Amino acid sequence: MITPFLAMTVDPWILAFSLITVSATIFMGFWSARQSRTASDFFVAGRSVSVGWNASAISGEYLSAASFMGIAGMVMKNGYDALWYPVCYACGYLFLLLFIAGPLRRFGAYTIPDFAEGRYDSPIFRKVAVIFVLFIGFFYTMPQMKGAGTTLAYIFPGLDYRWGVILVGAVITLNVSLGGMKGITLVQAFQYWAKMFAISVPIFVLMAVYGNYGSQLLPNAAGRKPLPATAPADTTWGSPFGPLTTKAAKAANASPRFHLPPEFRAGLVELLASQSPPTPPTAAGLSNVPVAVLVEKYASLQGAKVLTSSNFPTRLVSYPTPAKEPTAAEFKSGLEQTLTREGITVIPGGTGEIWAVPTAELSSYRLPPVNVRALSLLYTYSLIIALVCGTAGLPHILVRFYTNPDGVAAKRTTMWVMILIGIFYVFPPIFGVLGRNLLPELYSAVGAKGTDKVVLELPSLLNQKVPGLGSVLSGITCAGAFAAFMSTFSGLLVSMTGALAHDVYGRILRPQATPAERMRAFKFSAVIIGIVAILLGMRVEKLDINFMVGQAFAIAAASYFPLLFLSAWWRGMTVKGAATGMLVGGLLALVGVSLTSFTDLKVLPLDAYWAAHPLARILCEQPAIWAVPLAILLMIVVSKLTARDIPADVRMKMLVLHAPEQLGLKQEYIQEHQGH
Amino acid sequence: MRRQLTLSVCCAGAFLVALLGLPLANYFFPEFMATRVLGFTLTWLILGVLFFPFVWIIAWVFIKRSIALEDAETAEVVRSGRKQ
Repeated sequence: MITPFLAMTVDPWILAFSLITVSATIFMGFWSARQSRTASDFFVAGRSVSVGWNASAISGEYLSAASFMGIAGMVMKNGYDALWYPVCYACGYLFLLLFIAGPLRRFGAYTIPDFAEGRYDSPIFRKVAVIFVLFIGFFYTMPQMKGAGTTLAYIFPGLDYRWGVILVGAVITLNVSLGGMKGITLVQAFQYWAKMFAISVPIFVLMAVYGNYGSQLLPNAAGRKPLPATAPADTTWGSPFGPLTTKAAKAANASPRFHLPPEFRAGLVELLASQSPPTPPTAAGLSNVPVAVLVEKYASLQGAKVLTSSNFPTRLVSYPTPAKEPTAAEFKSGLEQTLTREGITVIPGGTGEIWAVPTAELSSYRLPPVNVRALSLLYTYSLIIALVCGTAGLPHILVRFYTNPDGVAAKRTTMWVMILIGIFYVFPPIFGVLGRNLLPELYSAVGAKGTDKVVLELPSLLNQKVPGLGSVLSGITCAGAFAAFMSTFSGLLVSMTGALAHDVYGRILRPQATPAERMRAFKFSAVIIGIVAILLGMRVEKLDINFMVGQAFAIAAASYFPLLFLSAWWRGMTVKGAATGMLVGGLLALVGVSLTSFTDLKVLPLDAYWAAHPLARILCEQPAIWAVPLAILLMIVVSKLTARDIPADVRMKMLVLHAPEQLGLKQEYIQEHQGH
Repeated sequence: MRRQLTLSVCCAGAFLVALLGLPLANYFFPEFMATRVLGFTLTWLILGVLFFPFVWIIAWVFIKRSIALEDAETAEVVRSGRKQ
């Protein structure tokens, strides 16, 4: 490990800035650890953080590696369609503000599972709700880990991606297990401003040298380098319905698709039985055999079963016996030629199927090409729903609303968060646009060397104009990237550890635990979750950072968002309705996104299926468009069916959720429980 | 609570019309949305730059109204409390 480190050419500026960020983060974590003593301090910072601090802290936590590095990479790779990500990341807060921020704070519980239990007086529901803190959390940590691996692989050229993940993961886990949430509030607030500085200053310098945002978007922008063949063309890149949203549909149209009528399912077996005498096929050659036998032989070479139409030819053919024993590949190509000559077309069907069709009737089974733009519109809408509703259901963001002194402050905080992150989100797409013109060689690389590192590498181009300037600015963006994945990973770690220590340990396993035992459980849980996150992060180098975050949002949108939204505003909700909707919607969304990601990581062999079913692919990759309405519908229907179970004190609960604090109705859920 | 919800729904409506309308505009008027403004295509300018201030305005209006509603509600309860 040590020797490759020394052999590398490390830019001292980049290293210095990154080290400063990391040490400042760690120092602040330790420093504030001395000030956080009680369990309440650890979980929600004693509920007394001012609006300005809290808004900066929420923004700092929210602006993850996906925002800092992923958006720029995705805009560079996919163009216009990727712009929906930053816009919806920012605008999702509006939904949070309109429907959830105020009531949630007024209810006064530590975590979402606390809310779930308190709203319905159901300890079982708490356990169900905890599951999703962990699901969403792990989906969200994977892209942060990719950001860490990519950044370290950039700073230390030649360092393996996986070592970067391990290093950063270990440092943050240690920091969180020592500092808790109070440390995090201060660190997060500092890191927002670090990230804002790091993304904006290099952009202003770059635009001053190479031309502004608008002029760089023009096809004939100044200083533009020729694009490699792997880059999308200007026409698709710069306009809506580009590569990102049309990928599935275009893959489907790349080869002709067929729809076979149901009688094809009969297969060749019956046909072979009707064609007597069946000559057993040999590898060497076949003479005077039914066509069906040839097809069957062809299919068995590929380990597939064969489907045919009922008017499959019954004539006998000869397959020439070659001079010497053919290889499997030779035999297959020989069979293919013979079948073509006999007027049989063989199409690779679904998984493990081959369709053998008389060529004359082939055109009648051919499907028209799919409507690329319509599917692209569907993809866009599903993405928008996932991102907007998902923001309102992110557990690690929601827990911060409890650090506001009251509901009005919670709303004010959200307003400021929207402004802070809105300004930030203008900048990453500019990196993407400039990167396309100035660093097109990134299109040819994959994984940690691909477009996800454009934010880090682009400023170093300035070294050609002013020696040293590029290194300093590149060092600044690297520092910002560190701030990004460190702060978000810390926040996730706190909320997941909180779920594990506070909910699973403190309430389910050992309700009688002493405060000292609880603190120890918190630290122990942090280490366990940190290790799992590192192991997951090592496996996702091939996926885009931003894409993975989008999938975490889709799961949050289908589980927590409907729960919080309906629980806060609808009296008729019952615990069974809430649990059914959240579980079914969230788990189905989880399955959908996992299927597509596993295919992209080559874990599942579903490529052929997705190519044949573009609609299914889109609905699995972006499940929000069906999963969110499904979850809401289930919640309403099941609640209506179990209307007897509506909590008796629902009117009081609604008052607590919605009445202004000045009325004195506020009851801290925790205090109430301590009184029992 | 009902008034708060009405307010929330109105603000959400304004936001959703813009957010969900933009893809439709892209779908049905691609040439118009591709008009160049200061180098940007119109649709890029709207989505990449102008959308953020638009959302701030909605948020600002919502918070102002929402806090006013709460104050009115508090005042009402306090007044009826005094009468008793």
